[in-house]
Amino acid sequence: MIDDLITALGAEFVQLSLTPIVIGILAAVACALPGNFLLLRRQALIGDAISHVVLPGIVGAFLITGTITAVPMMLGAGVAAIVAVVMIEIVKRLGRVEPGAAMGLVFTTLFAAGVLFLEITDTSSVHIDVQHALLGNLESLIWFDAEGWGSLLDPVALSTLPPQLPRLAIVLVGIGLFILLFWKELKISTFDAAFAEAIGIRTRLLSFALVVATAIAAVAAFDAVGSIIVIAMFVCPPASARLMTNQLGRQVGWSVIFATISAILGYVFAGYGPGWFGSPFAVSAAGMIATISGIILILTCLFGPERKRTGQRAEA
Amino acid sequence: MSFLDYFISALFLQAGYNSALVAIGAGLLGLSAGSAGAFIFLRKRALVSDAISHATLPGVGIAFMIMVAFGSDGRWLPGLIIGSAISSAIGLLMVEWITRKTRLTEDAAIGAVLSVFFGFGIVLLTVIQTMSSGRQAGLENFLLGSTAGMLISEATTIAVAGALAAAFVFLLRRPMTLVAFDPEYAATTGVNVRNIDLAMMGLALIVTVIGLKIVGLILIVALLIIPPVTARFWTNQVGLMIGIAAIVGGLSGYIGAVLSAAEASLPTGPIIVLIAFGFFLFSALFSPLRGGLASALRHQRFQRRVHRRQGLLSLARREPIYDGLTLRILRRSGMIRRDGVATARGRIAAQKAARDEARWAIARRMLPDDSAIERYDGLTPIEQMMTPDQIAEIDRMIAAQQGAKA
Repeated sequence: MIDDLITALGAEFVQLSLTPIVIGILAAVACALPGNFLLLRRQALIGDAISHVVLPGIVGAFLITGTITAVPMMLGAGVAAIVAVVMIEIVKRLGRVEPGAAMGLVFTTLFAAGVLFLEITDTSSVHIDVQHALLGNLESLIWFDAEGWGSLLDPVALSTLPPQLPRLAIVLVGIGLFILLFWKELKISTFDAAFAEAIGIRTRLLSFALVVATAIAAVAAFDAVGSIIVIAMFVCPPASARLMTNQLGRQVGWSVIFATISAILGYVFAGYGPGWFGSPFAVSAAGMIATISGIILILTCLFGPERKRTGQRAEA
Repeated sequence: MSFLDYFISALFLQAGYNSALVAIGAGLLGLSAGSAGAFIFLRKRALVSDAISHATLPGVGIAFMIMVAFGSDGRWLPGLIIGSAISSAIGLLMVEWITRKTRLTEDAAIGAVLSVFFGFGIVLLTVIQTMSSGRQAGLENFLLGSTAGMLISEATTIAVAGALAAAFVFLLRRPMTLVAFDPEYAATTGVNVRNIDLAMMGLALIVTVIGLKIVGLILIVALLIIPPVTARFWTNQVGLMIGIAAIVGGLSGYIGAVLSAAEASLPTGPIIVLIAFGFFLFSALFSPLRGGLASALRHQRFQRRVHRRQGLLSLARREPIYDGLTLRILRRSGMIRRDGVATARGRIAAQKAARDEARWAIARRMLPDDSAIERYDGLTPIEQMMTPDQIAEIDRMIAAQQGAKA
């Protein structure tokens, strides 16, 4: 039994599974953090819209630069996210339509344009396709040069880590710092925008900064894990956390815990679960992580201590 | 045959029975999507349909597996449609359940359902890819839609279902309109709001599942949203709006299917969506009611009237005018000469403006609560708002005032 565990967590684990799990956790937490505020501001679907427009962004970047290196891709995706937010605002004002319809109009159009560009330009030489955009390639982010846990201390081996890992780590630290530094402002403007305005907080600038942070998280995470996880992590862990507590700080804490659990369990079930049923094939880790986060949400919907609206009876 | 020739012949249904049927099917699908979407849009729940459409994926996967287990190749379209309808109905009920039973808002419920169902669907698809039996190739076409290699039986299924959905919209149009605009009032007249809401979403569901094959589940929501938003630019009447939305949706589906049939490598869904967006863009710019161009023109006309009026008042008070636009407007309409001195016509117009202003001032003091007075904007001649008798009365008061001053 112990031997099993040691082999399970041995060199092969470090090489094949450690980096995907860590990347999955980083991506999930990076999305869940801003997701908390989006949820409370009733902007949960901004994350959905942004992750749809990442595809046209990277296709556009590819058309301009002709390469699929990380920096232009991420820039392209970031630009597309900002374009989408501006377009949503224009459609909302010009058509005087509700935000949901404006959002649906903009992200489907941009996504359609992205798919079409992908099909009519010759991208056969490079690896971008719709499937990849949706699913990511978490399973392929393995650490070739790792020989065991000792490699974590070996600078030569460390330098061959998949580049997504340090990139996501930096993004996560950046988003964490943003939330920490503007904690008070974010909190006040989320719960009482008028009061925040009155005490001199620049609420519109802050909202925009939050959207930009969301976009950065979406773009960085998307590159590693695909857009399904991104949407699921923006919404599910914060929503579950919301049903656990009435305090913003604790809510953020819970959301980090839920995101981490989803990432670990999702990856493990996807990679090893089919084996328990005698199937030699793994299933999509991204899809499984989203599924686990959904199961957590159902559980908190049923048993979360703060699942009711204030004033609603617990049995109702 | 060149692309254009083919496109034109296909547009008029001359490019073969099969592609004609596909085009008609896509057109009917767009028609029912546009009209059903109009109600959802008016009810302000456009994105619920996004949850519905993403929630179809697990159903597609499970239906495929079940059909393969029973020995078929798993590609029978009605079977896949039934499977996707069941799973998206579960998704829809989950959105309802989460919003009703917990304190989470509808948008959070939508986001959660769409991502989780989609993720689970992807898990099932990866399982299917490893299955040894069944013809799994092409199942991912349900993501983005494809009309290439569509069977005649499939096109017929879609056309018939699309026509049925459109008929349903027509039958339920009155209660749905009532609920969309004023659910409280609808409830007092005995309409079961919850059932009508479910029927509305059920229609979106039907449109979604029959659209899976042609438009794909990621983009079908566009066919429910873009046509009503487009139609809203052209009219303020519900009936007309639904009609226009249906036409926009139908044309988008029809033209899109024809285009992608002419160029087989293009996925159908994105083309249909972009054509619908083209209709939207045209409307947003050129609609006489709310379009960008019309608003800009209206704004300019208003600006000119303000400048003209203020310029004339300045002339009447013999104040110098410095504003460039005011000077230009007055000069062009012959009110002043090039050196800024008022012409004979200008003096008359200025006097008239000044008299109008004086009359308004009295009228506003006399009748502060009159509805005509409340619409005072400093531009409308008083003759348009008041009867000659009232004006005569006002003039008497002005004369009395001046008499008192003298």
